[in-house]
Amino acid sequence: MGRRCGTVQSEGEEPSRLSLIVSNESDAPGLATRVDGGDTRLTLSGDWTLPHAGSLPKVGPTPAGSDAWFDRQDLKAIVFDTAGLGRWDTSLLVYLAQLRRDATLRSIRFEDAGIPSAARRLLALLPDGAATPAAPAWRPGLVERVGLNTLSTWSEGVAVTTLLGRQVLQVGAAIVGRAQMRRIDLVACLYDAGIAALPMVALVNVLVGGILAFVGAIELRRFGADIYIANLVGIAQVREMAVVMTAIVMAGRTGGAYAAEIASMQGSNELDALRVLGIPVQDYLVLPRVLALTLMMPLLYLYASFIGILGGFAVAVSMLDISPGLFIAQIRDAVTMSEVTFGLAKSVAFGALVAIAGCRIGLKAGRSAADVGHAATHAVVVGIVGVIMVDAVFAVCANALDI
Amino acid sequence: METYQPASTLRVHGLAFGYGAEPVQHDVSFDVKKGSIFAIMGESGCGKSTLLKALIGLLRPSAGTVHFGAQDYWSMDEAQREGFGRRIGVLFQGSALWSSMTVAENVALPLQMFTRLSAPSIDALVQLKLSLVGLENSWSSLPADLSGGMRQRVGLARALSLDPEILFLDEPSAGLDPVAAKRFDDLILELRDGFGVTVVMVSHELASLFGICDDGVFLDAQSRTVIAHGAPKILRDSAANPAVHSFMARERPESAAPHAQVNP
Repeated sequence: MGRRCGTVQSEGEEPSRLSLIVSNESDAPGLATRVDGGDTRLTLSGDWTLPHAGSLPKVGPTPAGSDAWFDRQDLKAIVFDTAGLGRWDTSLLVYLAQLRRDATLRSIRFEDAGIPSAARRLLALLPDGAATPAAPAWRPGLVERVGLNTLSTWSEGVAVTTLLGRQVLQVGAAIVGRAQMRRIDLVACLYDAGIAALPMVALVNVLVGGILAFVGAIELRRFGADIYIANLVGIAQVREMAVVMTAIVMAGRTGGAYAAEIASMQGSNELDALRVLGIPVQDYLVLPRVLALTLMMPLLYLYASFIGILGGFAVAVSMLDISPGLFIAQIRDAVTMSEVTFGLAKSVAFGALVAIAGCRIGLKAGRSAADVGHAATHAVVVGIVGVIMVDAVFAVCANALDI
Repeated sequence: METYQPASTLRVHGLAFGYGAEPVQHDVSFDVKKGSIFAIMGESGCGKSTLLKALIGLLRPSAGTVHFGAQDYWSMDEAQREGFGRRIGVLFQGSALWSSMTVAENVALPLQMFTRLSAPSIDALVQLKLSLVGLENSWSSLPADLSGGMRQRVGLARALSLDPEILFLDEPSAGLDPVAAKRFDDLILELRDGFGVTVVMVSHELASLFGICDDGVFLDAQSRTVIAHGAPKILRDSAANPAVHSFMARERPESAAPHAQVNP
């Protein structure tokens, strides 16, 4: 006695609504079973294609187990009749593979002779028994993770120190023109880290100077000490804000660019091409960038200090009614040479830090497109956090040394 | 041909290399005769390019030696190895041109770095190398504006810039149309015959292998070692190993065909 299961399509019945929506030209898949002694003959009909996936017989952990015919205890073999099968694709194979797996588990013969030969060949590519899950990848425990992190931090520290040392040694060689870098690259880097950065540095610092003047005015007014706005703007700008804000701007625009540029050269084997020729990457790529940023940062700092004070001056004179002459005299009094020297020293350190962080992160990046983006982001983050941390160290040292 | 001399330019012995603990290939040994065009063959993923990396100094092998003439490459210190890089030319897969430089700058950089030639002499040499590869008119193009075949030829001109003794080519004709690939093969033959340069090329382009290579090794992915030595043509006609034979004859090895697993 014939029984139907799965999505049953009885003779004369209209194709299911879904198949009509999907395509007017295709027949819905059908599956009929006929018990013949210990054998069950499955008759497949219609189109077993992915657009019909919704109306295909269910496949799941025990796909056929939900069907009564498969649960029969005396089932010995499954045979197929596919004379009525229309078009088929991998959805048919998925169903057959699951059926075969369940049959194998219950020692039921799976006779594939009736399956179209092309489908049989593809079915042979799928694993026979229950798929053995891949062995889980080794996951380090807490102790191993601590150990691995310590080792990688140590080796990274060694790499960065080596890079830094090499740069210091190469500066001498660069001065006498013996470093393995092209002068044209240095000029391009100098332009990029210097002149090209001027507008952005100016914008940030003029605003910071103005903001400092406003913030100062709120408190100082209460004591009638308006004129000390000039001292506040001058000292804050020359000692801290100009150099830190400039370093942050440079970490964002130049440090990130260095990392992305070097990382993308990594991806297209350009670094290998240099290495094979014996052109040291540390000299050829890193040195011009580190030199450029280290040379340009002090100049940018002086420029930023001036622009920042100008911002404070504009706000103080135009909105806080402070006389221009008095403001200038007060600034001259407040900003001493030692403040400027301190700022200059910091700017050199920040420039080197941002450049070396960018280059190092670019050099150790992977070779994919995502690695380039990751390197750029990472360089910006390391640059900004590093600048603020080093600034804190400077502040503590300055306090101890009474600068 | 008078460029053939019996002396080995490159001698590889017992080489094992790979990225992790497990070597990709082991016990790889072969000699490359001066002035020959030597093929490193094998199916994709068998470690051909990795072998090339071990030969050009980008990957330290875990065992074995690489001799250039009498010098043991991997026993030299880093400075010596860097200096040695000037005696070999490498054309990388996908050409690896320095993308921020023009074609001429790409070819000129090694000359600027390692010679004391004046700028006009360097220009003249660059002109010559670019003419050799037929790209004298692309002097100031950027690599991104060139076709794949042109980039490969610029890569070759760059590899030739320091007049190397050995030229390493990593899949030089991959991605080229048949005509461009043939032109590239002819160029390599010309360079060998004209300058006596020894060529070591990684390839699985049968037309190139049969057309220009006079010796080679065949790396096997399963046994992870060399399974055949000899000129590709000879291997095609008389290789005993079924894997080599099916590769050369462009046939599917019987055991690998999916339908062979299906019961009739």
